[in-house]
Amino acid sequence: MSDKFEVVGTSERKVDGLALITGRPVFAGDLDLPHTLHLALLASPHAHARIRRIDAGGAARLPGVALVLTHENTPSLRFTTAGQGYPEPSPYDARMFDSKVRFVGDRVAVVAAESPRLAREALSLIAVDYEVLPAALSLDAALAPGAPVIHDEADAEGIWDAPHNLAAALDVAVGDTPAAFAECVAVVETTCETQYAQHAPLETHVCQSYLDDNGRLVLYTSTQVPFHLRRIVARILDLPIHRIRVVKPRIGGGFGVKQEVLLEDVCALVTMRTGRPARWEYTRSEEFVSARTRHPFRIRVKVGAREDGVLHAIEMDAIQNTGAYGTHSLTVLSNAGSKTLPLYNKAPHLRFTGRSVYTNLPVGGAYRGYGGTQASFPLETALDRLAERLGLDPVELRRRNHIGSGETSPIFAEMGEGREGVPMIIKSCAIPECLNAGMEAFGWAHKRARPRDTGPVRRGVGMSLHMQGSGIPLIDMGAATIKMNDDGSFHLLIGATDLGTGSDTILGQIAAEVLGVRLEQIVVYSSDTDFTPFDTGAYASSTTYVTGKAVERAAREVEEQIRRVAAVMLQTEAGAVQLGDGRVIAPDGRSVTLAEVCTRAYYGADQFQIGATASCVPEESPPPFMASFAEVAVDVETGQVRVLDYVAAVDCGTPINPRMAEGQVEGAVANGIGYALTEEYLFTPGGKVRNADLSRYKIPRTLDLPPIRVILVDSYEPTGPMGAKSIAEIGINGPAPSIANAIYHATGVRLARTPFTPERVWRALREAGIG
Amino acid sequence: MTAIRLTVNGTEHLLDVEGPVSLLNLLRERLGLTGAKNACRQGECGSCTVLLDGEPVCSCLVMAADADGSEIITVEGLAGPEGGLHPVQQALHDKGAVQCGYCTTGIVMSAVHLLERNPTPTAEEVKEALAGNLCRCTGYGAIVRALAAPETATDGEAP
Repeated sequence: MSDKFEVVGTSERKVDGLALITGRPVFAGDLDLPHTLHLALLASPHAHARIRRIDAGGAARLPGVALVLTHENTPSLRFTTAGQGYPEPSPYDARMFDSKVRFVGDRVAVVAAESPRLAREALSLIAVDYEVLPAALSLDAALAPGAPVIHDEADAEGIWDAPHNLAAALDVAVGDTPAAFAECVAVVETTCETQYAQHAPLETHVCQSYLDDNGRLVLYTSTQVPFHLRRIVARILDLPIHRIRVVKPRIGGGFGVKQEVLLEDVCALVTMRTGRPARWEYTRSEEFVSARTRHPFRIRVKVGAREDGVLHAIEMDAIQNTGAYGTHSLTVLSNAGSKTLPLYNKAPHLRFTGRSVYTNLPVGGAYRGYGGTQASFPLETALDRLAERLGLDPVELRRRNHIGSGETSPIFAEMGEGREGVPMIIKSCAIPECLNAGMEAFGWAHKRARPRDTGPVRRGVGMSLHMQGSGIPLIDMGAATIKMNDDGSFHLLIGATDLGTGSDTILGQIAAEVLGVRLEQIVVYSSDTDFTPFDTGAYASSTTYVTGKAVERAAREVEEQIRRVAAVMLQTEAGAVQLGDGRVIAPDGRSVTLAEVCTRAYYGADQFQIGATASCVPEESPPPFMASFAEVAVDVETGQVRVLDYVAAVDCGTPINPRMAEGQVEGAVANGIGYALTEEYLFTPGGKVRNADLSRYKIPRTLDLPPIRVILVDSYEPTGPMGAKSIAEIGINGPAPSIANAIYHATGVRLARTPFTPERVWRALREAGIG
Repeated sequence: MTAIRLTVNGTEHLLDVEGPVSLLNLLRERLGLTGAKNACRQGECGSCTVLLDGEPVCSCLVMAADADGSEIITVEGLAGPEGGLHPVQQALHDKGAVQCGYCTTGIVMSAVHLLERNPTPTAEEVKEALAGNLCRCTGYGAIVRALAAPETATDGEAP
């Protein structure tokens, strides 16, 4: 499809690549401002406690300490740290500092001092008298009758049922599932649990704040959501929005964890109170404990099929652990259903029930996959069981049941982000091509037919099918401004937030394509609330599809202006000229350069700035699709699982930059393999994270990963920019179910809890009498 | 207070060091060299890798005082034959091996050390040389493909 484009569809180098690869000071933590105050966090040592008394006097008197912030001297209004569209669908259950702490790692106080060492030293001089409360350290403990009430404050807003520790709840029914299951020939029910896991971006959260020459507050920070951040900080500090500028420089990875306001409110307050720059950077341990996590889930899935192998009913009951605060609780919960159930639209009877439960454990949040990852595991392993019951190849079961082009699912209309959804007809769906290309590249038929190994190391293969979305329909918004320069180049200004994904580059490619220039002629400037138009931010796989469309529209408007000026210069009709190779060409072959066009617009007759701003609010969220295949070797004596091969065949519409699109999938699959095999929070009996560092929390290294083979199948999404859909999240959903299904194929043992650590696998094998 | 002498990227520095200052902090905060990144402070991630007397080290684990008298090369000290990018940097840039870029400078330094000793490493040799460098964005495949000798860059092919 991409052969009709010049710049789109080519693997251009990153526009910010040179700065990154030469170590230029481009990250928030690289900024070095004179007279900066350094911040340090006093975190709660208790899972649940009331602060009876806090005495910060000793710390405040330490020479070199400028300020100590506690609940006694900071704003008390409640908000959500979730950087979501307004009004946020997450409860307002957090304060800057509270008189109650709700998990080990919760904010108690922050010291601002002349050096990081002084700030840390001062923490030990803060005397806190805690009334330790009973804690709820598991889903079951929090749901039990008489459980401690975690949010008993009177001023929280938007909590579903605080006395029962329920942050959110959902119940969506289509058809009649109980009656439908009675009509099925095969019914499978399974309950799976997923763990606490973390994004672990290499750059921890870091924010620097200062006052500019006019006394305005500048937040220079590692965020995915500059505009939401500006709005939320303005509200917390009671500042007019126009007094705040948020700048996102390069970010060292986000994956969702930087869709939160975790540092900026405090940095801002320190700078406002002292007039001095402030710097706060989470340590790696704080990043694990006090930032955000992937919500653990317990999900029961029931699937039933008729004799023809067509699904008749699906039930999903999801219980989510949101931890101490409800950030992204409702929306991750709803995405567990909305990013999985539409895939199998042949089933007329659907039921999704869900509860989001507060516990005295670390806080859940947005994480690549956003509920789809957690729910794919039970659903796709249940379908593997169902295929076996029906005597069908797992691929064949998917073929008989997946959604297709021209089709819909009632879930699109029923389940949105914190409200009802938006109906949608699927316009691009290359699932059949994904299945075929993936099977062939992987060697599925051959590997699947191998007789089961009987030695100590047993190989097996498994697969799964996935969808995600492209932004949040009728909620997300992207905007782009393009202005022309008199050398024929353009500035592209976008509020969108490149987290390292390459979005600055691909958005530049879209503009270059429309304007008929090379990417080098586009100067991309992004994510500065003073200078770039509004964008909801980088989350929900939105940037390519949503902001990309805004860029395309802005470029088309600029193209029209160029045509009109050039038509006068060429004494022809605006509709007759064409843009290409940096020129505007008349039908008879005469042409003017873009530089000449802009120079005339700047200095000639009828002077004006060639430029436009355009927006996109998407009316639908076309899903990318992925067929995922994994081959494993299970050592039945040790329980060690090694992934030998992995194939992900993806339909993302037009890949704007194929190598970057492949890189998104490859990286997401690698992250998903870590989630499936090794990554897991371990807790003390008191609810403290035991492995809050990169030596004991195991993210994959070079030697831990198999070849990850990504296939981008041919597809074109008519509503997307140049036919594109988004691709950043979907890859992470595949590994857990594909590997679980492969372990079953290798050993005959089903695993219902992630991650599949050697110990967990070994125990499951022993229980089954293997090894 | 300890006085130390360091040669960093060919320039000699005489520096007074007070207390337990890491080489990483010295480079970043005293010399303004931001290429080495702080990501874990415990030598697990390799984002702070520099060459100390030609050997890759995690500069967060080296006390500045212990580096007295040594020669340090950071990413800022790399250059190609004509002053442009070092070939390792060029390969990573050309092959889409950089995403967020936070780990990249550490990976560049580890790879420079590998290629100085082994100009045509296999994919396995690249993986071994980079086993101490964590990357959360790429899944490593593009990095290995960029650095391994073409005929051995089997990553991405069927096993």
